[in-house]
Amino acid sequence: MSRALEAARATARRLEAAAPLNAVLHWSAAELEAEARRADAQAPAGALYGVPIAVKDNIVTTEAPTTCASRILEGFVSPFEATATRRLRAAGALIAAKTNLDEFAMGSSTEHSAFGRVHHPLDPALVPGGSSGGSAALVAAGVVPAALGSETGGSVRQPAAFCGVVGVKPGYGRVSRAGLVAFGSSLDCISAFGRTVADAAAVLAAMSGHDPDDATTIPEPPLAPPVARADLRGLVIGLPREYLPGDLDAGVRAGVDRAVEAMRGLGATIREVSLPHARYAVPTYYVIAPAEAASNLARYDGARYGVRRLGPAGDLASLYRTTRGEGFGLEVRRRILVGTYVLSAGYYDAYYRKAQQVRALIADDFRRVFAAGTDLLFTPTTPTTAFRAGANTADPVAMYLADVFVCAASLAGIPAMSLPIGRAEGLPVGGQLIAPERGESLMLAAAGALEAALDGTAEVR
Amino acid sequence: MTWETVIGLEVHVQPTTRSKMFCGCANSFGDPPNTNVCPVCLGLPGALPVPNAEAVRLGVVGALALGCTVHPTSIFARKNYFYPDLPKGYQVSQYDRPLATGGAVRCESPERGPIEVSITRLHLEEDAGKSLHDRYPRRTAVDLNRCGTPLCEIVSGPDLRSPAEARAYLVALRQLLVYAGVSDCSMEKGTLRVDANLSVRRPGQSGLGTKTEVKNLNSFAFVEKALEAEYHRQVGLLESGGRVEQVTLLFNAGTGELRVARVKEESHDYRYFPDPDLPPLVLAPAWVEAERAGLPELPTARRARYADRFGLPGYDVGVLTAEPETGAYFEAVVAAGADPKAAANWVMGEALGSLRETGGFPVPAPRLAELIGLVTGGAVSHQAGRKVYAELAAHPDHPPGVVAERLGLLQVGDESALAGWVEAVLAAHPGEVARFRAGEAKLLGFFTGQVMKASQGKADPKKVQPLLRSRLGP
Ligand SMILES: [Zn+2]
Repeated sequence: MSRALEAARATARRLEAAAPLNAVLHWSAAELEAEARRADAQAPAGALYGVPIAVKDNIVTTEAPTTCASRILEGFVSPFEATATRRLRAAGALIAAKTNLDEFAMGSSTEHSAFGRVHHPLDPALVPGGSSGGSAALVAAGVVPAALGSETGGSVRQPAAFCGVVGVKPGYGRVSRAGLVAFGSSLDCISAFGRTVADAAAVLAAMSGHDPDDATTIPEPPLAPPVARADLRGLVIGLPREYLPGDLDAGVRAGVDRAVEAMRGLGATIREVSLPHARYAVPTYYVIAPAEAASNLARYDGARYGVRRLGPAGDLASLYRTTRGEGFGLEVRRRILVGTYVLSAGYYDAYYRKAQQVRALIADDFRRVFAAGTDLLFTPTTPTTAFRAGANTADPVAMYLADVFVCAASLAGIPAMSLPIGRAEGLPVGGQLIAPERGESLMLAAAGALEAALDGTAEVR
Repeated sequence: MTWETVIGLEVHVQPTTRSKMFCGCANSFGDPPNTNVCPVCLGLPGALPVPNAEAVRLGVVGALALGCTVHPTSIFARKNYFYPDLPKGYQVSQYDRPLATGGAVRCESPERGPIEVSITRLHLEEDAGKSLHDRYPRRTAVDLNRCGTPLCEIVSGPDLRSPAEARAYLVALRQLLVYAGVSDCSMEKGTLRVDANLSVRRPGQSGLGTKTEVKNLNSFAFVEKALEAEYHRQVGLLESGGRVEQVTLLFNAGTGELRVARVKEESHDYRYFPDPDLPPLVLAPAWVEAERAGLPELPTARRARYADRFGLPGYDVGVLTAEPETGAYFEAVVAAGADPKAAANWVMGEALGSLRETGGFPVPAPRLAELIGLVTGGAVSHQAGRKVYAELAAHPDHPPGVVAERLGLLQVGDESALAGWVEAVLAAHPGEVARFRAGEAKLLGFFTGQVMKASQGKADPKKVQPLLRSRLGP
């Protein structure tokens, strides 16, 4: 039996066992074996030969349905394949499963899935974070060594932190969006989960690089896998004071303190810095992302594909209202309404244009700090550890604040990642590294050194 | 009481590209429904647009031909609205940062003489699909072949003062874009479409009246007719004490009537915003200048050249420059040695006749030049020349001299042959001979005609008349 086939069968057994997590929307043992045979037929074998990778179900693949965890796309099979998964397959990877998510990637807990919430691998009463909660949970549960998620405003880093795995968001345009179902197009990034920094970095490298099918990709060749560093000598790590408020969760604070000490021990110079516009990141994000989403989701109208509900009147308006009213869940409808509002005549200047201006200021903050000699920034990934299911569903703003530390890098379009830096009361704490534009390699190398120096599963208090 | 008409036109022109604006599908007309489609133009989840460089280039060429300023940075924006033939729920267009602004088109107003019509803007966008309401009873079918094909929208200032002027502007605009190679600008194929805005006001009044928009105009003649009808509708409303509402009207070419399609309250809020899938369109000024330098000769320059170099009268210049191919053919005929005025006559007569019937110029330019040489040299009469032309159109590889000989159309200038026909004609008409000799000089034409008839057109009339005179002389 080939190594790929062995891996496929073992993965199938683990997927079966992981069913209670509800992390998977589609997989089949037969498809996994077919993936292995395809990988075996490829020459040369490729850097990811036989590595099973789970894919968030908002990335289109031709073998399986792509639902975005929405009723409106139930059963939809794409006639074309995402550039990212095509490149992973070309590198020998096995697409193992399509994972559960917040509907259309809108959420921070993977509770907003039309197909049920995802459970945290350490405690089923907790959420795994979101919106890429299914992918994070599968990696954390050891089902796959790596998985794809997508980030619009922290949807990989935040669940990576909650689940205790590595989550890497590349700079905007580093990985092609072709085949990623659009949410907020100016923010969306296909991103990688791994159990280790090296695993996530290898997946990122394999799918990165310019793509003629996406006019917004950076015109550069694929990333080289990062050169490992034994220490952080010569690096200046900035700690933005706005990300370490006095009321920060004590466990998270302890995790950050321990990680900072570890970096100092590795020879890094630690410096306090300021990102004065950081506090506007969440409101800015919640204007821009819904505006783009309202437009991006207009295509789901029941006229061509997906679910179609004619409605009582039987006319065109009724088709639209009923299809979209029944097909989209509450959170998606909320964001479409917000997005439509902020782009409307008379409100555009006050909301959308203003948000774009603030977005430019947020990006300038980062540019200024990096230009002044800071190589990387370090912050907590989330203000708390994983919360209980249902804790924030009644209060959308409380839910949005779970992304308070991750939104800014998304708005600035710069690379950022989360890695496990310890546990507080048994729950993972994530630390975030943020890099300047095109700084993925340095960020991953530093993360690798910190990972080696720090037991990411040790209790921090 | 008189009213002044104020008209501005929005013209959509489809540049002649091989593929669509943002995907690789064929940009072609008349294929079976929904065959030129792909994930991008179908708006499938995850599909992304990539701008077509040739469509951008043709947009720039069009803008330069209209004398517009081409902007180094322009922005694609989304125009959001729901319609079944708009698969993404938005149309990619350009809004507050168009490709080009500020040009002008010169044309001849039937009422005011030469005028200059300002071009407010030219921008790029993608077309929507087609909704077919007549294919299935009580159902609408959608054909997305046209969806995503490139368009240049050209907006004129409110500078036109009559429906006839609007038509003259359209003719001039179309000619410029066809010359520049942007588009074939065929209203029949839908590669040129017109929406017209019209308002009326009192002469001398500086502000504009309430304008209405007229759509569904399928030919330049209908544009003029529809605007006439709308002028009368508005004046009728105002003179009966009513007021003009801001509406969109559809013109019915069959009945000549206008029907209100949409009132202002129903107008959309399109929620334009920059398309995040498309980076700003940045054009290097040097590249734009190279395109400007590479512009083909435009109609004004060509008309001046035909008048100056070939000494052609204004009417001929107008006919020969109406379509660029006509002028190109004419110049090829002249280049092959034909006299310019004779060439102009032949191109305007026989060759344009062929173009109307067959859509092309069947006789190669050097052959036509040879034929013209035969006619001007007297070897073939003008009448016979037209027969030779018809034969050449069917057999373009035959030399005209050979064709004329084969058809027996070479003119006979030989004295003895001519003398034989002249003697026979005079012998057959003794009464007319007597009357001529009695002073009825106009009978010379009669005898000439009889000789031509007897010779079956072969006699050279220029030689027949002196011969007749000498035989009939006292
Ligand atoms: Zn297409």
